[in-house]
Amino acid sequence: MALSGLDIFKMLPKTNCGECKLPTCLAFAMKLAGGQAKLDDCPYVSDEAREALAEASAPPIRGVTVGTGDKEFLTGEELVLFRHEKRFVNPAAIGVMLSDAMPDDEIEAKVQEAGKDSWERIGQQLEVKLLAVKCESGDAGKFKDVLAKVKGASDLAMMPMTEDPAVMSAALEVVGDDNPLLYCATEANLDEMGALAKEKGLPLVLKGTDIHTLAALSEKAMEMDLADLVLDPGTRNLKDTLESLIGIRRGALNSKFKPFGFPSIALPCEETDDLFFEGALASIYIAKYAGIVVTSSPEPWLQYPLQVEIQNIYTDPQKPMAVDSEFYEIGSPGPDSPVLVTTNFSLTYFIVSGEIEASKVDAWLGIVDSEGQSVLTAWAAGKFVPDIIAKFINTSGIADKVEHRKLIIPGYVAQISGELDEELPDWEVLIGPREAADLSTYLRQYVSAS
Amino acid sequence: MMAFEMPKETTDSRIREVTLGTTDVKVGGENVMPFCLFEGEMPNRPLIAVEVYDDNPQEWSPVVAQPLADVLADPVAWARKAQDEWGADIIALRLRSTDPKGDDNSPEEAAQTVKAVAEAVDIPVIVYGPEDVDKDGDVLKAAAIAAEGKNVVLGPAMEDNYKTIGAAALGYKQTVAAKTPIDVNLAKQLNILLSNLGVDTGKIIVDPTTGALGYGLEYTYSVMERLKLAALQQDDTMTQMPLMADVGVESWKAKEAKFPAADEPAWGDENKRGVMWEIITATTLLVAGADIVIMRHPDAIKTVREVIDNLMG
Repeated sequence: MALSGLDIFKMLPKTNCGECKLPTCLAFAMKLAGGQAKLDDCPYVSDEAREALAEASAPPIRGVTVGTGDKEFLTGEELVLFRHEKRFVNPAAIGVMLSDAMPDDEIEAKVQEAGKDSWERIGQQLEVKLLAVKCESGDAGKFKDVLAKVKGASDLAMMPMTEDPAVMSAALEVVGDDNPLLYCATEANLDEMGALAKEKGLPLVLKGTDIHTLAALSEKAMEMDLADLVLDPGTRNLKDTLESLIGIRRGALNSKFKPFGFPSIALPCEETDDLFFEGALASIYIAKYAGIVVTSSPEPWLQYPLQVEIQNIYTDPQKPMAVDSEFYEIGSPGPDSPVLVTTNFSLTYFIVSGEIEASKVDAWLGIVDSEGQSVLTAWAAGKFVPDIIAKFINTSGIADKVEHRKLIIPGYVAQISGELDEELPDWEVLIGPREAADLSTYLRQYVSAS
Repeated sequence: MMAFEMPKETTDSRIREVTLGTTDVKVGGENVMPFCLFEGEMPNRPLIAVEVYDDNPQEWSPVVAQPLADVLADPVAWARKAQDEWGADIIALRLRSTDPKGDDNSPEEAAQTVKAVAEAVDIPVIVYGPEDVDKDGDVLKAAAIAAEGKNVVLGPAMEDNYKTIGAAALGYKQTVAAKTPIDVNLAKQLNILLSNLGVDTGKIIVDPTTGALGYGLEYTYSVMERLKLAALQQDDTMTQMPLMADVGVESWKAKEAKFPAADEPAWGDENKRGVMWEIITATTLLVAGADIVIMRHPDAIKTVREVIDNLMG
């Protein structure tokens, strides 16, 4: 059971030493209860209290790490059912499915393509994170060969898939040191598969046949002291999988049902052969709580949209996404190209840059640091005002890149143009359109007039 | 052994059931969060409205223009094809030819198209103006007259023109789509204003403004979830209107949906990428609470229909 702030306070030293960076022990206790502080931040907590509190303050959904080094990822640790309540924490990890029954060149091509599935967007690196390798041959030797080949060609985290503990044991001779996610323990093999995971200290997927058998399986696994678990309800159709994923998350958060206090995995690749439909399933499982989603194809037309969805859904609703403050080249601008400024709210940037691109007019787009706020909000908050814009223009080096001195500002802040003229005596301030949708017409007129 | 019992959220509150058209097509009526059929019911499945334009769109990506090539210039043929071949539940007719920034056609001309389309299909029709605050009033009034007796959905009614559009809907017994900029309170406020004007709360659909995948999807997602939660868990009667997501038009604005692979090889095949962009925008908003999704590409429509079929099971 979760403890209240007051329950926790009773177990703290009550010295108000401030070393946790909070003024009082009570404030620290409240933060702990809200999941916004870690017990380790208090250097003086007693061992006794530590044990009691660790149990109570453990996140309702455990974090599980898969892989090693730069390519390891963490899944789980989620705290809410709806992202607006706080935020979703560890972005869903996308996997790509391979099999030891595939021809060598297909495996090679897929591994290579999955490795290239990496895109920078708004300062974040979006990428495929997991290679699932299924033993369909039933031949441990063949499986080991394929795992060795995949491991040699990629440093992505791996998920060897077999329900035969002997085959899994053989697989671990190849990938056992790479912290792979073992797939999977079932009711039939839990004792052996669980022992294998425990011996090597590896994360393990539990696969039920529905949410109820999964609950029973997880309870048994917990009795074996297995901790790094990932839950697969074993359902293989949209309706049942969605219901199970919701049930697991609600079970962990609303019912404090311990056997569901682990991240979940969905395998849309096993639910259909149609890639559009598979993408649709994956998109629903991303939004509705799956920590890991395994797809059948590394093709970027499928993976990139899914990655953008993950970025959207896992954005912190309290912190708008911001792009870096600098001048961006839209198209191939030269010394005569128009110069525009706007704010660094990522949506503002995307929409404005998109409309400039669509106009086919090459332009310099200056992004002023407005703490991630849109034009009107930033203006109202004093973040997109003449002195800040002038400072940005003067330090940006744009004056060396263009021969003219015309600066286009968003129509919504037309009222600052006079003051901005004074701050930037060398520049002529022009008032652009209010709506980005009208930029295209505006820029074409600008170009034909000059 | 602890047996697991599914935690259920039940409520006496419901989303209002709104009748569209004249052939007993209904939307809304659910007493559960999207697709949580283990704890309640969605008596009406979410509906797919298919976009039809009246101005022969020229600027579209070939990925989406090509499959529509034979009907782009003919809204009536387009609407029939959407109904007969793609299984549209609703036609979303956009009177973009009236846009003062474009062709600036007269409301009367556009009204002819409304009448022709509404008579050519058996399914309900949504009529959207050019989204110009002033022109929309005139255009939608003409549309309301032309479609009298058809119970079409007129929109978007916005803060600055809801009186004109609301009055047209009242006068000619049509339904209203109320549009506000991605904000729970503004959405609620506009519903209150419309109902103060006399519009029946059972004849309002809420369009909370759609951000496509990569372009604010998360904002629309959370606004829809919050509107649904307020409707069902707090019994807030002014948020109990069915929700509509404008998926097609927003998805196909994204450069990621339309840039050719030749320009952006890292994004892959644009023929499939653009369709996927529209599918994900639709599916994500369906699980957030959209009761109607307005869509464009036939392949995206097909896949989203399959998703709804499977979820309603």
